[in-house]
Amino acid sequence: MKALISDETKVRFRLPARVVSVVGALAVIASVFLPWAYGHEALDDVTFTGAPSPLQSFFLLLPGLVLLLLVVPFLGKQRLGRFAKAIAWNTSARTGSLATLATVVIALAAIAIELKGLINIEIGGWVAFGGALLAAVGTPLLPDSPEPTLDRVKTPKWAQIVGIVAMMAAVLFLASFALNQTDAGSFLTFGALLVGVVLVLRQLGVLGWLSIAAANNNRVLVLSAFVVAYAFPFTQNGSDANMSIASQVLIFAAAALGLNIVVGLVGLLDLGYIAFLGAGAFTAAILSESAFSTVDFHPPFLVTVLISGVVASLLGLLIGAPTLRVSGDYLAIVTLAFGEIFRITMNNLDGNDGPNLTNGSNGISGIPDLNFLGFDFGQAHTIFGVEIGRFANYYWLMLMVIALIIVVFMNLNYSRIGRGWVAIREDELAAEAMGVNTFALKLLAFAGGAFLAGVAGAVKAHHDVSVTPDQYVFLESAFLLAAVVLGGMGTVMGVLIGATILKLLPEKLRFFSEYRLLLFGLLMIVMMQFRPEGIIADERRQLEFHGEDEQLAEEIEEELITHHTHLFPERKGFVL
Amino acid sequence: MLEVKQMVVAYGRVNAVKGISFTVEKGQVVTLLGTNGAGKSTTLRAISGLIKLVSGEIWFEGERLDGLAAHKVVERGIAQSPEGRRLFRQMTVEDNLKLGAYSRKDGTAVKADMDRVYDLFPVLGERRQEAAGLFSGGEQQMLAIGRAMMSRPKLLMLDEPSMGLSPIMTQTIMTTIRELQAEGVTILLVEQNAQAALSLADRGYVLEVGQIMFSDSGRALLGDDRVRRAYLGAD
Repeated sequence: MKALISDETKVRFRLPARVVSVVGALAVIASVFLPWAYGHEALDDVTFTGAPSPLQSFFLLLPGLVLLLLVVPFLGKQRLGRFAKAIAWNTSARTGSLATLATVVIALAAIAIELKGLINIEIGGWVAFGGALLAAVGTPLLPDSPEPTLDRVKTPKWAQIVGIVAMMAAVLFLASFALNQTDAGSFLTFGALLVGVVLVLRQLGVLGWLSIAAANNNRVLVLSAFVVAYAFPFTQNGSDANMSIASQVLIFAAAALGLNIVVGLVGLLDLGYIAFLGAGAFTAAILSESAFSTVDFHPPFLVTVLISGVVASLLGLLIGAPTLRVSGDYLAIVTLAFGEIFRITMNNLDGNDGPNLTNGSNGISGIPDLNFLGFDFGQAHTIFGVEIGRFANYYWLMLMVIALIIVVFMNLNYSRIGRGWVAIREDELAAEAMGVNTFALKLLAFAGGAFLAGVAGAVKAHHDVSVTPDQYVFLESAFLLAAVVLGGMGTVMGVLIGATILKLLPEKLRFFSEYRLLLFGLLMIVMMQFRPEGIIADERRQLEFHGEDEQLAEEIEEELITHHTHLFPERKGFVL
Repeated sequence: MLEVKQMVVAYGRVNAVKGISFTVEKGQVVTLLGTNGAGKSTTLRAISGLIKLVSGEIWFEGERLDGLAAHKVVERGIAQSPEGRRLFRQMTVEDNLKLGAYSRKDGTAVKADMDRVYDLFPVLGERRQEAAGLFSGGEQQMLAIGRAMMSRPKLLMLDEPSMGLSPIMTQTIMTTIRELQAEGVTILLVEQNAQAALSLADRGYVLEVGQIMFSDSGRALLGDDRVRRAYLGAD
């Protein structure tokens, strides 16, 4: 964009460009009060005049933001004082109007596909498209604003806490709204809208400010994140549809966090990790009181969980001890094979080809729900007048498991063991020369990660009711790995986000399921090209991927000195 | 203190070190000279336990060293600053030093030793929270030496500490080595810069294609015609 239009042109035409953009934004806003489609089926009904649908009301956010960004500085930059300089008005408006256009296009495409033909788009849709186009043409003609400095504006602690809490509340509210979009068109449109708003906020420097506020108030952040996560079932009115997805996401995320230790911290490529989840699930299934259980030992669940974890980590030791002495690629191949061996073995332990332990490909079904001290996980409970269903019970249980994993992970990351792990990842030979017992540490990571997967698997067995070998195929290992890489290796928050994206999208975009792998392949390629460190970057890793980028190096340097060291001299910041 | 007897080390079928023997006495600076591929770095790696011996023995303070795992060797009191520095580039200076002290469990003494490294190399102290990869070559070399010192070794092995450094920087590094020796650290130095190495070495061994050709005191080797021709650029 910069190369196409010279700065002089931009300065010369800044007034007409602003007028065009404002007219465009106004048109988009006006369009929300007009009908967008002729049929009721598309986007949860956008056919009313004067009464926008909930989706349309949310959509107002984007053009509204663009309009504010265009008009406010024009009314008087002086009156705004220091904030006038802290905000990148024009560039943010540009991002906003491009995001508006993208969202409108997706919405119109959804209408056209659902109602079969562009002809079904009514006047409002075309007004929105025209307006968005105007704004998208107008805003790039505005002069570039300087980099936002909002993140450097000093704010009192209470404001930071309010900011974090507001962010968390917004996340809860928007996530529950997004999940309640049952048709793919609405979900995608809303998703595009959210991505657009996030991009604008980033351009504004709001995200930068938030991340500093978050780093300043770690406890508040973690606490509010968990409060929000625990509150989520209350937004679902007893419906199990979304809670089922949410609890699956958490089980997936717990396994991904375990894999994150192995891949993210120690740098060992494990392509058969799903086998450990499977080992935990099968152990718990066999020890459960299911009618298909093959042994006569049914301990209470807390014991079962421990046994499942131990079985998984024993498998980890079994596979790790001979292979961890060799490096990189070999380990990947061996673990890949191990994952398949596990699945085939579970298939064969059917009484014909071996002892009957798993009923072969039928697996073990009819696994009863958990029951803790009379709290039956299979029953709905009414809390604060809201019905909390079966899946919500498992969701809460998994949240506790994840909280535990995160505590363990964070403590390890900044401990002597964690330092040894990262050293192995960065340069194994040097680590060895420094006196790090690399083999023992790698084995520990392998067994520890397997233990976590085993625990998650034990809950999964009861959650899923049945356990069969074909749930634990290589593809699942690949997805776990993709969640770690996509989210950001070595970070907790990144992996949680990555796991959510990879598990949630296929559930919501079922019409796309045939192209699911294609889509993920594309997503991974795009990520590797533009953001190899993942959505959330580990501070240490940023340098690995952009080592040559002097500017970035300086930025990290500056950031490390200016805030992290002051904030956490003993911990050097906290990546969450 | 350190005695290497008839040591053979191989990469696959190729013998990189073909039966060398040498000794390092306590408090000395001993240097291994030789061209690329002479087997100097391999020798250091073998002493550190990073590669297994094919045959031969390594003795350190009356104990057999060969066959021990690398981290056990560090616990016995031998540290190495490996060839090419091999810092943990994404870690801070402080974390690099902490890793150097990985084998130690005396936290307060580690802290004191860390301060000693910062005293020795003030640049590192000023930027202790910065990633090691952001430092210049000379500064990285300082960190590599500092890191190796953090295990409080009785024997410090330095693999080409002057590689890629300016003459002034090389001088600084050599001065540091002399200071370390004055503090009682025994040093085994591998260098291509023969002039610098020999002028502080008590003893020098000249390696060629995996064998020790000859050895003498550092001063004598500086005056030796063969050394002068091969390594000091004299006719």
